[in-house]
Amino acid sequence: MPLFGGARGNTEPMTTPSQKQVKIAARQFSVFFGKSQALRSINLDIHAHAILGIIGPSGSGKTSFLRAINRLNDLNPDSRVEGTLTMDGEDLYQASCDPVALRRRVGMVFALPVPLPMSIYENVVYGLRLVGGERTARRSVLDQDVETSLRAAFLWDEVKDRLHTSGLRLSGGQQQRLCLARVLAMRPEVILLDEPCSGLDPISTARIEEALVSLKSQHTIVLVTNNTKQAARVADETAFFLMGDLIEYGPTIQVFTTPENRRTGDYVTGRFG
Amino acid sequence: MRLLSPKQAQRMAIGILGLATFAILSVLVFIIGFVLNKGLPVVSWAFLSEAPSDMGRAGGIFPILITTLLLPLLALAVAMPLGVGTAVYLAEYTRETRMTRIIRFGTDCLAGVPSILFGLFGFIFFVVMLGFGWSLLSGSLTLAIMVLPTLIRTSEEAIRTVPDAYREVSCSMGATRWQTVWRVILPNALPGIATGVMLSIGRCIGETAAVIFTAGSVLGRHVPSSLFDSSRTMAVHFYLLAREGISNEYAYGTAAVMILAVLMVNLVAYWMMHAFIRRRAR
Repeated sequence: MPLFGGARGNTEPMTTPSQKQVKIAARQFSVFFGKSQALRSINLDIHAHAILGIIGPSGSGKTSFLRAINRLNDLNPDSRVEGTLTMDGEDLYQASCDPVALRRRVGMVFALPVPLPMSIYENVVYGLRLVGGERTARRSVLDQDVETSLRAAFLWDEVKDRLHTSGLRLSGGQQQRLCLARVLAMRPEVILLDEPCSGLDPISTARIEEALVSLKSQHTIVLVTNNTKQAARVADETAFFLMGDLIEYGPTIQVFTTPENRRTGDYVTGRFG
Repeated sequence: MRLLSPKQAQRMAIGILGLATFAILSVLVFIIGFVLNKGLPVVSWAFLSEAPSDMGRAGGIFPILITTLLLPLLALAVAMPLGVGTAVYLAEYTRETRMTRIIRFGTDCLAGVPSILFGLFGFIFFVVMLGFGWSLLSGSLTLAIMVLPTLIRTSEEAIRTVPDAYREVSCSMGATRWQTVWRVILPNALPGIATGVMLSIGRCIGETAAVIFTAGSVLGRHVPSSLFDSSRTMAVHFYLLAREGISNEYAYGTAAVMILAVLMVNLVAYWMMHAFIRRRAR
């Protein structure tokens, strides 16, 4: 018996009444690590070209869900899933789905900025070099990609004169934008962000949020955040997770102003969590 | 009541630790100084560049010097891919199981085996069974086996110290496991791996027992021209000169060159490593 009712057992997804195209769909989707269940039978649609904010206290399964989308949970050999998770109608957990190919379509920014220990330039083109082929064959093309990606991450002006210095030399906020640029260079369809601003100052946070809003025309964005205000600022839709259950899901304005569930209201107003 | 105040204890600790360091350093300095003092007067350009004559009583050590540098080089050329490969396999491709523990225990045991046993094994296996004879080939293969455990363990440690976050990031960017190993893990583990390689080279240069049984002790007038030539290294040369009482002077001369060679190898390796790190992380 779950502590809270929520979406559990409800096969109908909590969709918003909109005509938007569904990019990613979870149906009775669960994630387990060994014997413990991190995510309980989630039904959720993620719409293309929008920002989905996922909020909830720590341990609520937000990150497990995010890492299920690019199959990064696979790194943990004890992890397994039940139910289905589809992207553009393809089941991501079928044998025919190659996780390496999937991760090239789904970029991820982590909670702590982790530039790889190489130059800023090489960090940005890392994903491209993995694929190889025509996009890395010509230096001029590569240079252009680096500039475009860094501009889209609002970092270009700060680093354009030192592209070949180590990415580790940047400040925390700059490093996180570098991580974003690195993901953008791969031109992913989906960008997953796992509390990307948790270690950043308000100004760096504002820069990242600015970048995200400008990016949603090109990408589908899933933003996990511990900062409910951040979700309110940038997310088009918001999902509230609690102890592995999806409690509420809807347009951000609705979730924050007229939540259907009392616990959602309590959480977004800071009464618990 | 306390015997010592924290402050006094602190002073005593510093004193004792300093003394221990000083004792170790002075032993080292004494040994090196002693050898260099006795050996350096013999060392000249002629000593380094001429072939030995009269069983090593006269002439120089040129072919021996070359053999000494060649043998570790060949040994490492064989041992490095094997050692680093095994380390990558153990650290990146397997989960901790009974099997990996057995492999690790085995390498640890192998690391503790006295080198003369490797010499005997090399003699029986490479020299006799495979028919390589006393040769550079037999010698370098034996040395390769001898340094493998050290190489595996130091490389594995180095690979394990690369932060997991790098693995996650690389994986999330769509890297295959091998791409992650090649592009992120190995470059970052390199300083640690290089330490193991330097230790191994040092061991190879100084090794006597394993070499004398496998590479032989032929005192050639020429630099060995094929893998199947037998030749002797400086350590073997030194051992024979001193053991047979041929020439103490030349024995010390050889020893002095050996110490300098090890020093040079380490300096060059150190310099190369730092150049590499600087180039990567400017």
